[in-house]
Amino acid sequence: MEYLYYPGCSLESAGKGYDESLRTVFRTLGIGLTELEDWNCCGATLYMNVDETTSLAISARNLALAERNGAHDLVAPCSACYTVLLKTNRFLRENPTLKSRVDRLLHEAGLAYGLSVRIRHPLDVLVNDVGIEVIALGAKQSLEGVHFAPYYGCQIVRPERGFDDREFPTTMDRLFERLGAKSVYFPLKTRCCGGMLMTTFPDVALRLVKELLDGAEENGAQCIVATCPLCLINLEAYQRQINKKYQTSFKIPVLFFTQLLGLALGCSEKDLGLHRSLVPLGQPLSKFVA
Amino acid sequence: MSTTDTPSIQVLSNPQLKKSFLEEARLIPGGERIARCLQCGTCTGSCPVSYTMDISPRTVIALFRAGEIEEILKSRTIWVCASCYMCTTRCPQAIKITDLLYALKRTAMEAGLYPERFPVYLLSQNFVRLVNRYGRNHELLLLTLYNLRRNPLALLKALPLGISLLRKGRLPLLPKKIKGIKTIRKILKASSTLKITPAAERPEYAKGMVGYKAVG
Repeated sequence: MEYLYYPGCSLESAGKGYDESLRTVFRTLGIGLTELEDWNCCGATLYMNVDETTSLAISARNLALAERNGAHDLVAPCSACYTVLLKTNRFLRENPTLKSRVDRLLHEAGLAYGLSVRIRHPLDVLVNDVGIEVIALGAKQSLEGVHFAPYYGCQIVRPERGFDDREFPTTMDRLFERLGAKSVYFPLKTRCCGGMLMTTFPDVALRLVKELLDGAEENGAQCIVATCPLCLINLEAYQRQINKKYQTSFKIPVLFFTQLLGLALGCSEKDLGLHRSLVPLGQPLSKFVA
Repeated sequence: MSTTDTPSIQVLSNPQLKKSFLEEARLIPGGERIARCLQCGTCTGSCPVSYTMDISPRTVIALFRAGEIEEILKSRTIWVCASCYMCTTRCPQAIKITDLLYALKRTAMEAGLYPERFPVYLLSQNFVRLVNRYGRNHELLLLTLYNLRRNPLALLKALPLGISLLRKGRLPLLPKKIKGIKTIRKILKASSTLKITPAAERPEYAKGMVGYKAVG
C-alpha cells in the first residue's frame, strides 16, 4: 500500500508528535507514506472567512500537485486540513462557476486539477484499508488496563457522511478495544473543542474543553485519545488554566490515536513523539512505553 | 461601530449587503436550500455555543427571510460559530448552515461591519497574510501578530505555555517559506483581477433578492 502524505502546518509545530507517530506507525505496519513535496497551507477555517475563491485555489494547489504525482489517495491527519481539502473537492465538483474560477487561478500558476485525488484520514486508512485484524497481528503488547475516552472532534466526521457516523463514530473504539483497551462511555465524542475560539473567544472555548474533560474523567478515562492537532492542544495545554478558573484538578494525558496505536505496536516513546506531551502519561500508560 | 477608525470600510446600503451575501451564498453547493427552512430550531438546539450567541442560528435564517440582513451581519453569532457542522449535519432540510455563516462572515468583513480590533477579523487577516507570504501558517507569528493588535498583555500571559511548547520542540521560532511561493503569488495576483466579475455575471440579483419574495 502506498499513500501520499499531506502533514499540514500544525504537524510541523504543536502537533509534531502526531507527525512522528503517524510516520512510525505506517512504517511499522509496512505501509508506504511519502510526503507531498512543497505542499502549502490548506487555508484552514480562517482563510475561508476572508475569500472563498482564493482559499479554494490555494487549497487546490495541493490537490493539483498530488495529482501530478499520480496519487489517488492523499492522507491528511489534521481534521481542519482533512475537512478543508474534502470541501475543496466537493465545491469544485458541484459548482461549475467556482471550478472555472479556480481553474483560471491554477492555470496562472501553471497548474491544473482534474478532481481525481481522494482525501483520506489516517484513521480511515488504518482501519478500513489495512484492517483491524491485520493491525492486531502486528501488535507487540495488549493495551489491557487502559481506559480511554475516544475523542473524534467535529471535522473528521462532519459535515458529509464519510468513513464513519457523523454523530456517533466507533472506528477508534473498535480499533483499540480489539487491541485490549477499554473505551469508556463518552457521549461527547464528537462535541466541538472550540477550535480557534481558544484564541478569539477564550471563555467560550475554555468552557467547551472543561465539559469534555469532565465527561472523560467522570467516566473513568485515564487518557483522552484525539485525532486532530487542534483538539489535542486545546484539551492538553489549557488544563492548568481551566483548573484555575473552575477550581478543578484535571491532569489527564491526551494522546494522538497514532501514539496509542504505536504503543500497542511496541514502538519507542521517542519514535511516537510521546516525549513532547505536556501532561505526563502517568499510570497505567507509562508501563506500556517500550 | 465607528467608520472613521477603519478607513477601508465601505458603507454599503442594505440592498448592496443582500446582494453581496447572495453572491456568496450562491457559490455554496446547495446554498439555495436556505429557502426550505422550517424554523424547527434543530440548529440552535444542536449548537454547542448557541448559549453565548445574541441571535440563535434559527433566528438568523428567520431574519434573513424577513429581509433584516444588517442585523445578522452586526451580530456576535456569525463570529462565535466554531464551525463544528453539527447544525448542518442535523438540519432536516439539509441547509448548509455552517457554510452560510461563512458567507455571512465574508459579507460582514467586506462591508466593514465588525467592531474595531475584532478577534476573528484580526486573526483571519493575519492568517491570510502569513499564508500569502510563506505558503504556510506559522503559529508563533500568527499569535504574536494577533495579540500585538488585540491584547499585548495576552502575550505575557501565554508566555509559560509558549516556553513549555518550545522546550518540547513544538514551537518552531522561524517560519519556512515553501519553494513554490511564486505559484501562490500568481494565484493571488490572478484572484485580485477576478474580484470584479461576479456582479457582472449575475445582474439578476440586482432587485428583490432578499426576504420571502426571493427565497420562497
